[in-house]
Order: sequence, then C-alpha cells, then structure tokens
Amino acid sequence: MSRYVSFRDFDWLLLVFVLLICAVGVVEIRSATAHTKFAGAHIKQLYWIAGGLAGMFLMSLVNYQVLLDRVHWFYIVAIASLMSVMIFGQKYLGARRWIKMPGGQHFQPSEWVKLILILAVAKYFADLHQKELSWGDFVKAGAIVGVPMLMVLAQPDLGTALTYIPIAVMGLFLGGLRAKQALVVVLLAGLMMPLAWHVLKPYQRDRLTAFLEPEADPQHTGYQVIQSLIAVGSGGLWGSSAGSQTHLAFLPVPQTDFIFAAFAEEHGFVGALGVMLLYFIVLMRLTQNAQTAPDRAGTFVVMGVVAVLSFHVLVNVGMVVGFMPVTGIPLPLMSYGGSSVLFMFLALGIVMNVRMRRFVN
Amino acid sequence: MFGRDEKVSPIRLTAVQYIVLGIFLILAYGLWRLQVAQSDMYATLAEKNRIRNVPILAPRGKILDREGRTIVDNYPSFTALLLRDSSRDLAGDADLIAQGLHLDAKEVRERIRKFASMPQYQPIYLKDDITPDELAFIEAHRNELPELDTIMAHRRLYPRNGFMAHLVGYVGEVSEEMLNSPRWELYNPGDVVGQSGVEQEYNQILMGKNGFRRAVVNSHGKEVGRLDETPAEPGRQLKLTVDIDLQIAAEQALEGKNGAIVAMDPRTGEILAMVSRPAFDPNDFAVRISREEWTKLVNDENHPLLNKAIQAQLAPGSVFKIIMATAGLQEGIAQTMHVTCNGGAVFYGRYFKCWVTAEHRVHGLVDIRKAIYQSCDVFFYTLAEKLGIDRIAKYAIMLGLGQRTGIDLPQEVTGVMPSEEWKIRNFKQKWYAGETISVGIGQGAVATTPIQLARAIGGIASGGVLRRPHVAFPDLLPANIRPVSDGLGEVNIGLDPSNWELITDAMAAVVNPGGTAPSAHLQGIDFAGKTGSAQTISNVAKARLANGKSKFKDNGWFVGVEPRRNPEIVVCTLLEEGEHGYLAARATAQVIKAYVDKERRQPTKVARSDGKVDVGAVWNVSDEDDGHETVRGGHFLINVSKKRLPLATAAPGVN
Repeated sequence: MSRYVSFRDFDWLLLVFVLLICAVGVVEIRSATAHTKFAGAHIKQLYWIAGGLAGMFLMSLVNYQVLLDRVHWFYIVAIASLMSVMIFGQKYLGARRWIKMPGGQHFQPSEWVKLILILAVAKYFADLHQKELSWGDFVKAGAIVGVPMLMVLAQPDLGTALTYIPIAVMGLFLGGLRAKQALVVVLLAGLMMPLAWHVLKPYQRDRLTAFLEPEADPQHTGYQVIQSLIAVGSGGLWGSSAGSQTHLAFLPVPQTDFIFAAFAEEHGFVGALGVMLLYFIVLMRLTQNAQTAPDRAGTFVVMGVVAVLSFHVLVNVGMVVGFMPVTGIPLPLMSYGGSSVLFMFLALGIVMNVRMRRFVN
Repeated sequence: MFGRDEKVSPIRLTAVQYIVLGIFLILAYGLWRLQVAQSDMYATLAEKNRIRNVPILAPRGKILDREGRTIVDNYPSFTALLLRDSSRDLAGDADLIAQGLHLDAKEVRERIRKFASMPQYQPIYLKDDITPDELAFIEAHRNELPELDTIMAHRRLYPRNGFMAHLVGYVGEVSEEMLNSPRWELYNPGDVVGQSGVEQEYNQILMGKNGFRRAVVNSHGKEVGRLDETPAEPGRQLKLTVDIDLQIAAEQALEGKNGAIVAMDPRTGEILAMVSRPAFDPNDFAVRISREEWTKLVNDENHPLLNKAIQAQLAPGSVFKIIMATAGLQEGIAQTMHVTCNGGAVFYGRYFKCWVTAEHRVHGLVDIRKAIYQSCDVFFYTLAEKLGIDRIAKYAIMLGLGQRTGIDLPQEVTGVMPSEEWKIRNFKQKWYAGETISVGIGQGAVATTPIQLARAIGGIASGGVLRRPHVAFPDLLPANIRPVSDGLGEVNIGLDPSNWELITDAMAAVVNPGGTAPSAHLQGIDFAGKTGSAQTISNVAKARLANGKSKFKDNGWFVGVEPRRNPEIVVCTLLEEGEHGYLAARATAQVIKAYVDKERRQPTKVARSDGKVDVGAVWNVSDEDDGHETVRGGHFLINVSKKRLPLATAAPGVN
C-alpha cells in the first residue's frame, strides 16, 4: 500500500471560509462584550482558534483509517468519561457536565463524545455492505448513539444530547435507510414527545413554553427570546447603528449562544445573510469532500461533520429567528467558548485527513 | 479495506445537499421576516427598551397680593414614583415598596390598577414630599426595585394657620370623577390641579406644562445617556386684588370666631380681603391627605372647608332693611311714612314683635331715618306690607340677592330671594301675605351670602352702581380665560340722589350714639353701616328643640362702608352665633380702621395720580322757584397736572 500524503491536498479553500467565519465571530464577540464584565473575551477566543488550528493540523496527520480501526476503544473511553462525569462531575447551574482537570480547566466530555460518535457511526456503516439497511443494523446503529445520548441527557444537557441525533440520522440515511424504517423513526419521535415532556426539567419546560408563547412571562423565561427577537428585528436591512439591544445589555450574555442575534442587530439582514452564505459554502465544500472521499468510511466521517454543523446552524439560527426553542446550542465557529471551537477544528482536522488521502489507493 | 468498492449512494448525498439548502432558505426567510418585514415593529420595541421618558414637573405659578407680595410659593420636594416601562411585576413588588415608603400595600396596588389604562411611559406617582429616610430607601433599593424612582417636584407652600386658606384654595391630584367632567377631561391622572379657591379658578394660568427628558437606559434601568429634553413650562404667576395688610386685619378681627369677612372696593369690585372661619391648613392638602383627616374636615359641624364669604346662605336679618329702605324710597312710599313702634304690631291677624322689646323699650314715633339707625322692626313690617313681596323682590333681585355675584371663585352659592313666583315654582304653593312681613326684616325665606350683601350695600352707598366682585385683575389675565367680557359687570339701579343721601346718612348714624352699634364708632373716620341679627331658627322651634339651652344663637351681621358715600371700601362681616350685630360691627370697624390707617400713610390719591382722578361729591341745589333745596350727588373726573408743584417752603407770615 503506497502512502502519499501531502498538504498540497489540504483543503485550503475550506480553511479560508472557516477562518472568515471565525474572524466575524471574534469581531462580534469584541463588539458585544465591550464595556461588560466579559470584555477581552475575543482575545481568549483567538487563543482557542489558534489551539484549534494546531489540533486540526495534528488531526490531519493521523490516518483516519487508524482511528477507525481503534474506534471501539475510543467508544469505551467515551462512555467511561461520561460515567465519570455522572460520578465526579462538577455541579454547575444544576447540571453535572464538567470534570475539573488537574490544570484547573473544566472539561466537558460530551463535546468530545460527539467526535467519537461520528467516527463510530462511520465505522459501523462503512462495514455494512448491503444496499438496504436491515432491522438489526437499524437498532444497533441507533444504540451506538442512543446510549451516550441518554447519559448526556441525564446530566442533564438536553442541547448537547440533541446534537447526537443528526449523527445517527445522517448515518442511517446514507447507510440505506428504508422508507418503513424512516416512518418508524418519525413515529418513535412522535411517541416520545409527550413522554419527553414529563422527563424534562422544569427549566426546560419553561424554555419550551417561552418559545411557544414568549409573552406569557416576558420578564423571566421569555426574556431572552423576546430580547433576541427585538435585537434581530431592530437590525433591519443594513443593521442598527445604535445596536442598543446588545450594547445596553438587554440581550443577556450575547457572546455565546446569542452571538448571531448580536451580529444580526449590528449588521442587519445583509450582514446576517452574508454569514449564512459563508456557512453554506463551508457545508457544500464539506459535502464535496465527502463525495470525493477515498472510501465509504471517509464519506460517512465527513457527512457526520456535515450533520453536526448543519444541525447546530439550524437550531442556533432557528432559535435566534424564533423558529426553535432556546436549547443552549452554540453557533459553531462564531460563539465564544473553547470546547465548541476545539471540537469544530478537530472535526475539520478529520475532514482534512480524509481529503488528503483521497488519492491513496 | 472494507466496503471500498461499495460507494455511498450519490443520490442520497445530493439529497443531503438539498436538505441543507432547504434549511438555509428557511432560516433566511426567518431573518427576512424579522429584519425586513417586521423590522419597524422591532425597531420600536428596541426604542421602548432603551428610551425612557422622565417627566420634568412644571412648577405652579406664584400667587401674589395686589402689591406684588408673595402669598403662595413653591419649595422643592421629592416625589416617589413607579416607572411602568421597566416591565416588572409591579403588583408583586407592592409590599416591599409600601413598607419602605410607609404606605398601605392595598393603596399602592389600587394606584397601579388605576393607571393600567394609561400609556406605559407615564409613571405612577406614589408619594409626595417623601422624608429623607424614604429617599434613602429608594436609593438603597435601586437594584431590587429598578422601577422605583424619585423626581424633584415643586410643592406648594401656603401661608400657615389657614391664612387666606379659603380664598387661595389648595391643590391636589385630579380625581377620577373630575377627569370624567368636561372641565378637567383634558388632564391626565396624576396631574396636580387646583381643588378649590383661586387655585381651582385660575388653574389654567397657575399650572404649567410638564416637560420630559428622553433618556437612554440600559437593561438595569440605569441612565447611560440623554437624547433630548422638552423643558417644562412653568405656570404663570397670578396677582390678586387682595391686600395682605387688610387680610391680616380681617383675619385678626375674626380670630376665635366662626363666620366670614369680605372686604371689597365697591368702585371696582376688587376683593381686598376675604376670611372664613374656622379655617383649614392647605399645606395638609399639598401632600396627599389621609382619608381620616379628610372625613374629619368634611364632617366638622363648623364646616371648615366651606368658604362662608361666598358659600354661607343665611338670613340677612336687619341688614336687609337697607334693601327695604331702598325699595320704599325709590317707590316713593317710605319718605313720608311714619310709624309708631309700641314694641310690636298685628299684621294679617298675627302679632309681630320688634326686637326692642327685649330691652323693655319701645321706638315710639319712627321715620325712615330713625327706622334704619334704630333698626325698628315695626316700621319695616309696615313698609313690607305696603310694598308687597313682588316689589321687595324686584329691588332685592336688582341688588343681586338670590343670585350669584359672579365672583371669580368656584362654588359660589345663589342664596334665596323669595317671591310669589319663587314659591309657586319651588313649593307649588301660593304666597301668604303674612310671609311678606318676616321678609321685611330679612327673615323668613330670605338667605344671602356675605359677598352678596357687600355688593348690594356697597352698591347702594355708591349711588346705586353695583360691580361684580373679583379677586384677580381682569386686565392682567390672558384674553382666553378672562372670566367675563363685560368689564366690571356694572349694574346701575338708578338710585335717586336724595334717597342715596338719606340712606347713607342713616347708616352713618348706626355707629353713632343712638344707633344700634355705637361701640363700633371710629373717631375721625366716616364709617357707616348696618347691623343685623338673624335667627337661625324660629323662636318656637328654638324653644322646642334646644330645651332652653340656647344652642341656636342668632347670627350677627354687619355691612360697613367708608366713607359713607362713594365708599372706597365695603366690609361685610358674618359672625355665626354671634348673637348681636354690634359685635359684627366692631369686627368690621377693625378692618375699616386698618384700611383707613394704611391709606393715610400713603400719598393722597391726587398726589399719586398721573392723570385723571375720580372724586365723588354730594351737593345741594336750590330750586329757583320755591327755594326748596334738593341733594345731588355724583362723581367727577378731575384732570391732575403731571407737573410737580414746589412745596411751600414756609407758611405766609412766618419770618
């Protein structure tokens, strides 16, 4: 087996668009946090991006085939880390999501689990040869994602748990999901809804109520939704010069989940559409990479990343424009936060990895 | 490698691309909906978020006396208010707010409810004139209660101890009932408006227009910038015709008594002083008055809230005899009438007593002059019988009784002047001739206010020319709110000069030995007047009700003028349960004396004038045919040179 790996095949175009999104994010974080206690967050974000870039290059060097061959071990480690969170995790804001690392950093395993799930699902489906999915494989693939998802749900972290679903759905879809099976997925989801309502924590129910009826309690749970809508709406076509929703702190913590609302207020419909276009280009480029992947597994890996990124954009921007409830899902590459940035770059590293090996045969 | 030969379905990969495109189109639609379609609505909401209207309260205009001395002023005080655009649960915070501001939580909630229909930017006024510790509470709770704010307001500072309280009135928050009436419908809840007296009558002048400041606030309600400011328009000041010096004299004359004094310049109708007792302290009303205090004031049997000068309608008693004399003389009946007073007489089968029997005397032979200064009831019973009720009523109504004088003060009452028509209209009964006899001495159904009597008697003493009383100089008022356009509201009853002389001379005799109030005599002052003592209840009823204990004492009246003809001042005094007119005469004399003393300290009218001077005069004219002398009277406009003549440096013969 000849190995020919070169950074000439590295997807520099993709990287340019990714870094453009990051740049927009940094500038907006700076603008949104100026004169608040979060001032200086954009500098930290730059460090995360630099770290992410380094991680991405390292990740692109390790052959993804090697990673895939050892994915069952990674999977076991992932489950173990989630269990350790349940046992030793730091409780913060009523949820056990973080493990305190020796360096004083807080580590949120659920983000890394996402990466491992992309690989695990890719490996599982790559090994299947049938054109159509059997019921047994359907259940097994569901379980691969379902088990860690339930564990994250128990932390509780609904938002992150939800981001696992598109990985499974993408895998099933590309793995040859049959119409009957798709119907079962939809029916199951439908049946889960009333059950889920009972499982939801009160604050989660409040968020859903606030989404459906933000005016019901404008001061508390509905506040973020209303203020976010006002921020986006007052941006108008070209952006609000005052940017008062963000700058006068009506929009709470704008640098994380609501970064897109802050951006849309300052730069209007035109600016927001521009950023959306950047994301769309990145996603299309990723899909193209999936099509040119050297093997089935490569396609599944890249499409897993596409699934997670699309889902994040859908839920986050959907929340900002009032189509989705508040779930605490950040906008990848733009929102402030180390875990989110590092995950995205490592995921992109695997994509690069696949691309660089497209001519290896 | 596994599955390398089996590629992933390219159709499904393309499908994923279309799904992603679909998602992005939906999101783009969402952005378009908010940022393009509904952008104006959200821009307004963002404005409402960040811009708060902070009112700037306009100070009310000062109230001055005729010489420009301050009667009512303002002082700065802090008012606690609730900002409703901070969209907090106001009712939920009511308990803490009420506790900190020493208010009743229920009342606070009630106010929040009352303001519910008002625009959000209008704050709710909670408490005026808060104490330093209440101010500290608000400052300390800026974060917990961001909706609670203060505003510096100008509070009314009234003279203390009820000085001029009834005339000036007081201010208070406009009530819900008031807002429903046409006069106040343009005002807003929370507006502080005049509630009585001059404050109410001239509210439009005195009340300014509140301004407001548009401030940029952050999400904690903290002001971070200012957009613009609409300054408040302060109220204009109002100069009254009242003279503080005379007001002080009138207040002192009524000290410790119940009743009213009104002093007026009959030449113009300018009110110089107006007192009503008992009084209240309008400073209590400037801050919201508690319900108990209010109930106490309203239910007080001495009616401290009533301005008795214009709102007490009582039988005028013998003061009415001046009106009777005018009627009798003008009708040509009284001049030649002579009556013998034996302490009473029978009219229409009923015996009517003369007051003089109480002193175990009789008046003997009485003519019109003596009847006035001795106040002989029998003479006026007889005159009333001869005149009949309709002729009496005609003159009384001409002289303004039974109707409002039109003074520029709110809630003036009409009083009652009975007539045949009046009785049919109000009681559906015929007039009994016997009732006319009581009316002749100002009893029966006759009821007058002090201001009516001052105007009527002042008018008679001025030769039959009556003017509308007023407390504000009409020329100084803005044209749109000048109360009446007919100048001084002059009415001339065409009083014959000889009758004028006779009546005024008889009135002068009242305060001289032989009159009914000699103790009110003022040495060296041409003081004239008429006493009155009116029963508040008939003698029979008094005996039955009071059971000997005289709770129902007579009211004492006196209307005095100075000088007796073409007077510069007329003073009407009412002493409730003052028993005798001469006590009222003394109070009147005090005011007259204060007026004359002040006038005498001033340069004379002629010396002060720069042009024409109005001088009154009476003179005799002898008829060339029979040598009979008749009296004429009138007043002249004399041209005074503006050139100052040198004063004589030495008397002739000296040196």
